[in-house]
Formats: sequence, structure tokens, C-alpha cells
Amino acid sequence: MKTKLHLAMIAGLLAIVLLPSCKPKDTSSAVTGDAASKSYVAPGKYDEFYNFVSGGFSGQMSCYGLPSGRLLRVIPVFAVDPEKGWGYSEETKPMLNTSHGFVPWDDLHHTEMSQTNGEVDGRWVFGNANNTPRVARIDLTTFRTVEIIELPNSAGNHSSPFITENTEYVIAGTRFSVPSDNADGDVAINTYKQNFKGYLSFISVGKDDGKMDIAFQLACPGVNFDLSHAGKGKSHGWFFFSCYNTEQANSLLEVNASQRDKDFIMAVNWKKAEEYIKAGKGKKVPAKYAHNTYSDATHSATSEMKTDVMVLDTKEFTDICYMIPCPKSPHGCDVDPTGEYIVGSGKLAALIPVFSFDKVQAAIANKAFDGQFDGINVIKYEAALYGEVKKPGLGPLHTEFDGKGNAYTSFFVSSEVVKWNIKDLKVLDRVPTFYSVGHLCVPGGDSKKPFGKYLIAYNKITKDRFLPTGPELSQSAQLFDISGEKMQMILDFPTIGEPHYAQAAPADLIRKNQVKIFKIDENKHAYVTKGEKESKVVREGNKVHVYMTAIRSHFSPDNIEGVKMGDEVYFHVTNLEQDWDVPHGFAIKGAINAELLIMPGETATLKWIPEKVGIFPMYCTDFCSALHQEMQGYIRVSPAGSNVPLMFSLGNTIDGKAPATK
Amino acid sequence: MKKLTSLFASMVVCLSLLLGACSEEKATPDPQAEVSQPAPVGQSGVSDDVSQKDIVKVAVGSKDHTTLVAALKAADYVDVLANAGPFTVFAPTNAAFAKLPAGTVEDLVKPEKKETLRNILEYHVSVGVYKTEQFTDGQMLDQANSEKVKIGVKDGKITVNGATIIASVPAANGIIHVIDGVLLPQTK
Ligand SMILES: [Cu+2]
Repeated sequence: MKTKLHLAMIAGLLAIVLLPSCKPKDTSSAVTGDAASKSYVAPGKYDEFYNFVSGGFSGQMSCYGLPSGRLLRVIPVFAVDPEKGWGYSEETKPMLNTSHGFVPWDDLHHTEMSQTNGEVDGRWVFGNANNTPRVARIDLTTFRTVEIIELPNSAGNHSSPFITENTEYVIAGTRFSVPSDNADGDVAINTYKQNFKGYLSFISVGKDDGKMDIAFQLACPGVNFDLSHAGKGKSHGWFFFSCYNTEQANSLLEVNASQRDKDFIMAVNWKKAEEYIKAGKGKKVPAKYAHNTYSDATHSATSEMKTDVMVLDTKEFTDICYMIPCPKSPHGCDVDPTGEYIVGSGKLAALIPVFSFDKVQAAIANKAFDGQFDGINVIKYEAALYGEVKKPGLGPLHTEFDGKGNAYTSFFVSSEVVKWNIKDLKVLDRVPTFYSVGHLCVPGGDSKKPFGKYLIAYNKITKDRFLPTGPELSQSAQLFDISGEKMQMILDFPTIGEPHYAQAAPADLIRKNQVKIFKIDENKHAYVTKGEKESKVVREGNKVHVYMTAIRSHFSPDNIEGVKMGDEVYFHVTNLEQDWDVPHGFAIKGAINAELLIMPGETATLKWIPEKVGIFPMYCTDFCSALHQEMQGYIRVSPAGSNVPLMFSLGNTIDGKAPATK
Repeated sequence: MKKLTSLFASMVVCLSLLLGACSEEKATPDPQAEVSQPAPVGQSGVSDDVSQKDIVKVAVGSKDHTTLVAALKAADYVDVLANAGPFTVFAPTNAAFAKLPAGTVEDLVKPEKKETLRNILEYHVSVGVYKTEQFTDGQMLDQANSEKVKIGVKDGKITVNGATIIASVPAANGIIHVIDGVLLPQTK
């Protein structure tokens, strides 16, 4: 009897123990029954949100649909993309020009969508180049990178590209402090404290055309600026930057930049800085940086090298910058939708400090300072602090908001997302991520009006999350439904490169503005060919310009002779189609660059230098039509000094002489 | 001992029940949701008022081709002609159809004659773009129904199987040659 009872107890216990564990502890642990229907978007149906995800070390930006996780497009930004001819066509090469010359790669960390009145407006999305400091603007009517501006006096453009609430400025803070470009940089590295400075760039954005220009830079003490966000609403006019390495170490930062108990969040009164600039207090300083713009009218980019930049040295003014102590190497610096609460996330901390904008203002008015850091007043921690979220997890990184009074913070070390209430700082829910989450994204989650509904966690470690693919794995993202009290995981999807920050906006804000074709009548490319009858081949010295057209299903001309060794051949291919989603491609054997992919009404140019005598085939690379495989041609290359005349033809009915025979 | 065994057995049952409950918990899309999807529309249904008009849209916009458009719809042929193509379409006018024996068109658009009608329409379509200047006298074109039509070029007049091309209209996905007669294939 006794044994029986024991056994029954064991059975019961087993059942209890097994109940939770019967949800396998790995993949599907947090998934409940209706997850599939919540992320299911039926074939032919559209997603609710566009999601713009940084591509990290791919240098690109990807666009996903939410909640399906469908990859809609990879937008080439800072890295060449042979698939789209980005950085390979003559038209796009200038986009990747810098003061260092042509740079074919970068590391895109953060995306930020333009806002009007603090609300996402769906016009542009900005991205930052982390390695060779630049900011790019992508036009959301074409999903193309239309502008890239380089940042002088900067290195490791990490605290970027965050915007003010009317997109007055895109702000870019340097991660690495460095000697200014204009100074003699040949100094001992251990003279960091004397010679290294941290620059914050304020890039103005044209209200209507989006055109960027560096309005001014603020020269600040040498530290590492990590992340930032603009004030909004009541705090509009201020910007908040997390800083680490306030030890001003120049080596083994892993140890040496983690010495202090607190680093800082730097509050910057940019309206005040604007006033000083207007009053002529800034200095024009020599600098060299590229400003590249792409025109949909000419289908071409131009690169301009700028030669000076306006700099305001914050050391001379005590009412622009203030330091707010923030525990343990702060990373994320996020401002809630009301603009009152500033959340600092110390990546080595086990608490989240929340600062109050009102208290910061009062502290400044009352001079509640605790000494200075390199000439900048340090506000007393308690004087700025609204409160701390206690024991939220380990290693807070980034915080997003749902507009309903809740904040969501990612924890890298404890690999979880924690939902907490901004007012009472109480933890409301926590969910694990797979694994080691970095950034978070709630649609509109850093604006005055978040759209809420979903949260995406961008994880740094994938391990066993998907079918394995050798040593290198795609990074994973997890989608959560946050419409209820508890966060619910509903989807996993792999991403491009390494996603850092991402943004999302309702589809309707963007979908209705899409360009379908470029009007051929409005094509202002210098080498456009607006009809087959105008197609031709023109020799200018050793340069051969082919004015070529593409339309279903042939190129005109498709036979070219009289090209000689030593020539540079430029294929200027105009896609004559005026029909949505009918691009043509162009490739020629042996070309040491890439293909062209030419949209309807567009002209693109491939430069080709023949390497040997012979016949070289060319063809359309995009399956444009039933006769796509017929869309081809030949070029004959003759020896230098050959007397084969320049000739071109298409079939037997187009102008140009009949092909020569040997 | 017997009791013990039965206890173990009941534990196994209990376990398998639990496991079963687990697998039932796995999310599956609601089949109902898929069933309730509306019938898919082909490429002719793409809403696009920016692009150049394709062959179907050009035909729909022509008051002289209402019979042809009705026939294309009856034969479920509009999606094909809204495809990337490219196509050369010989498009008989309403007057051309009117020349057929009385009742012919009315008969062809009946559901049971769909295959016959489709065959006739396909006889008016060639894959590829043939502009008027590319036609030569005696040229044979392969049509979509696997038969050939014969082109005539005489005194500046171009004919196809004897029907005259009275106008040519470029479209996004090919070209339409308007003809004054209906082309009748050998096959049914
Ligand atoms: Cu093609």
C-alpha cells in the first residue's frame, strides 16, 4: 500500500514535471496555438507593415513585410551589388565615392524613417555607414539610395542617423574620437586626452526635396558616442547621446573603458547651438568630404567634394552640452513618445535608469551640478533621475515604445525582451529570444506616435534556430504580437547581413507612392536613346559610345563591328519599355564588372574594355519575355589599327550598313 | 507486482496523453482561412494606370473591338494577352466579325464552344513583335494555335490570309494590327 502510494505520487510528480517540459525547451517554447494565423498572410495578400532592417556588414538595407516576414527587397546602399549593377554601372559609381576614393563596402547599422511632427511620414529612410562615416537617404517612392553624404572629423559613425521630429536634422555622432581632419594627425595614440575629439554632425534635410547638407558640427570632448535619440514634444530642441569610454582610454577598452561606475548621457541643446551658429560663433574649418546625389531625371549620380565644414566648439559655450551620469557603459539612449522620459541602457548594468526631461531642465536651472567633465557641467545623477527599473535583466541594450505607456527593452546577456511600465517602472512581462537579442523594433517605436501591435527582436546569435548551413548562419529575427498584456512570439525569420536597428511603418504610408516606371519622355540622361531609330554607335577617339535600346525582345543594335583593341566601349542601354516590372538586363562576356539591370524608361551604362580580339556575345539577363533567350547580340573586336569600319545593325531593316565580311 | 506493472502502464498512458496534447498544441494555419480566399485574378487584373496599356487594355479601350473583347473574355484568353508576351495580335474589328454568317459569333461565345473559340483567337496571335516594316510578301507566321498565317505585301498594302491590316497600334507587351476580316483556322 505504501509502495503504491509512493508510486502514485511519483507518477503525479512526473506529470507535473513533464507538463512544462513537453513544450520542447528549444525552438517552439514560446509559441502558442494561434501564432501561425497571426503571422499568416495569404498568398496574394499584402502585409500590414513595411519593415526596414539594417543589413549590418552587408552594407545594405533590407525590406521585409510584417507580419509575414517576407523579404520584399534588398536595397543596395553602401556596398556594391552586382545583381543591380549598383557601384558597377557608370551612373552609380559616384554614389560610393568618398574622400578616400571609391569605397565598395560599409557596415550599415541603423535605419531611421523621416518624420513630420514626430510621426513617421513614409517619405525617406536614412542609413548610416559605420566604417567610413557616411549617411545615406533612400527615397521610398523608388526604394533607391538617392543621396550619400560623408562626415568629416568622424570615425565609426555609430551614433547615427537619428532625426529630429520634423526631420530638420539627421544627427551623426562619432564612435571613435580622433584628431580633427584638419589637424596634424601624426600624434602619439596615447595623447588621446589632448588631441582626440568627438564630433557630432548636424545634417540638415531639405523640407521638400530631402537634400542633405552638414549644417554644423559640434566639437566635444574625446569619448565614444554610441547611440542617440532626439527629444520630442516638450523636449524637441534637445538631443541625447549615450557616451562610453569616458575614461578616455585608447587601448584595451574591454577593460579600460569599463572602469568607471558611471559614464554619461550627453544632453545637447541643439536649438541653442543653432542660435550660436546664426550669431556667427561657428568657424568654417577646412575639410574634405564627398556629397553624392542620384537624379531620377538623368538616372545618374554626381559626386561633389566639399572643402569646408562649420564647426562650433562646445568648450566655449557652457549652455549647449550637459552630462547626465548613466551606469556602466550606456548603449541605447531612447526617448519615450511624450518626450519626458529618457531611457539609458548600460550594457553592463543590471538596472535601467530613466531620466526625466523636466528634472534635467530644473537641474540645469538650479545648477544641480556635480563638477565638470572636460569643461562640460555634469548634472547630479539623482537630480536628473526619474527612477530605475530594478532587476529587469542583465545587459540592457535598446528600448522601444508602444504608445500605450509601455517600454520594451532588449537584454543581450540574459537574452530576453522585458516589457515594463514607464510610469511605475514595474516589469510587466518578459520573453526569451533566440539568442542574445540586440536591437528591437516596434513600428513607429521611437516616434511620438508608435503604431504598436508588433515587436521584432533582432538577435545576434542563431546557433540551432534554423536548419544549419555550415559555420556561417543567417541572423535570426523574432516577431512578437504585443497587442495583449503578454508578448507572444508568432514568427521566426532569417535576415540579411547582421541586422542592427530597424524601423517599420504602415504599408499604406508607402505603398501608394510607388513609382512603377520612369517616363521615357522625361529621361534626361546624356546618352539616352529614345527610340530604336536613334540607336547608333559613335566613336570619339578610342572611346566607343553605343547608344543601345532594349525592348521585348531585342537590343538595337545587336551586331557591332569595328571595335578595336585599346578601345573603351560604353554601352548606354535605354530600356524603352513603359510597362511596370519589365526590366531588361545587359551583360557581355568577359566584362570585369557586373551586369546592368535597367528599369523601364531608364538608361544605364556598362564600361567594357576588350581584352582580346574576337567575337563577344552579349545578352539580356532578366527573363523579360517569351523570347528572352533570343534577346542577344554580338560584338566583333579587331586588332588595334585594323581597318574594319565601325558598323552596327539590327536585323535587316534598321539603318546602318550591312555588316562587313572579312 | 502485477499492480505495479499496471501502475506503470497507466503512467505510460498518462504520458502519451500528455505528449499527444503537446503535439495538438502545434500551430496549424486555419484551413477555413484559405478556403475563404477570393478566386485569384490573373495579370489582366493588375491595377496599373501608369504603365503603357497592354494589348488587352488597348482592345478594351477601342470601340471598334467590343466583339473581340467579348470573345477574349468568353474564351478566358485575357490573362494570356496581358502577359509579358511579346505578342503580335491581328485584331478583327466589329465590322469584320459582322461579315461572318449570321449567328456565328453568338454561337461561338457559348460555354460549350469555348475550345473552338479559343482556337480561333489563338490563330490571331503570334509570339514576338512583328512591325509592319518587318513583313515581307509570302512570309509565314507561326500562330499560337500551331497553324500558320500568310502575309501579303503588295502595292503598300499588307494582308494576312487576305484580310487587310488597316491600322497598327503599339502596346506595352507587343503590337496590334487591326484587320478587316476574321482569320479562320483549318483546325477546330
Ligand atoms: Cu530582356
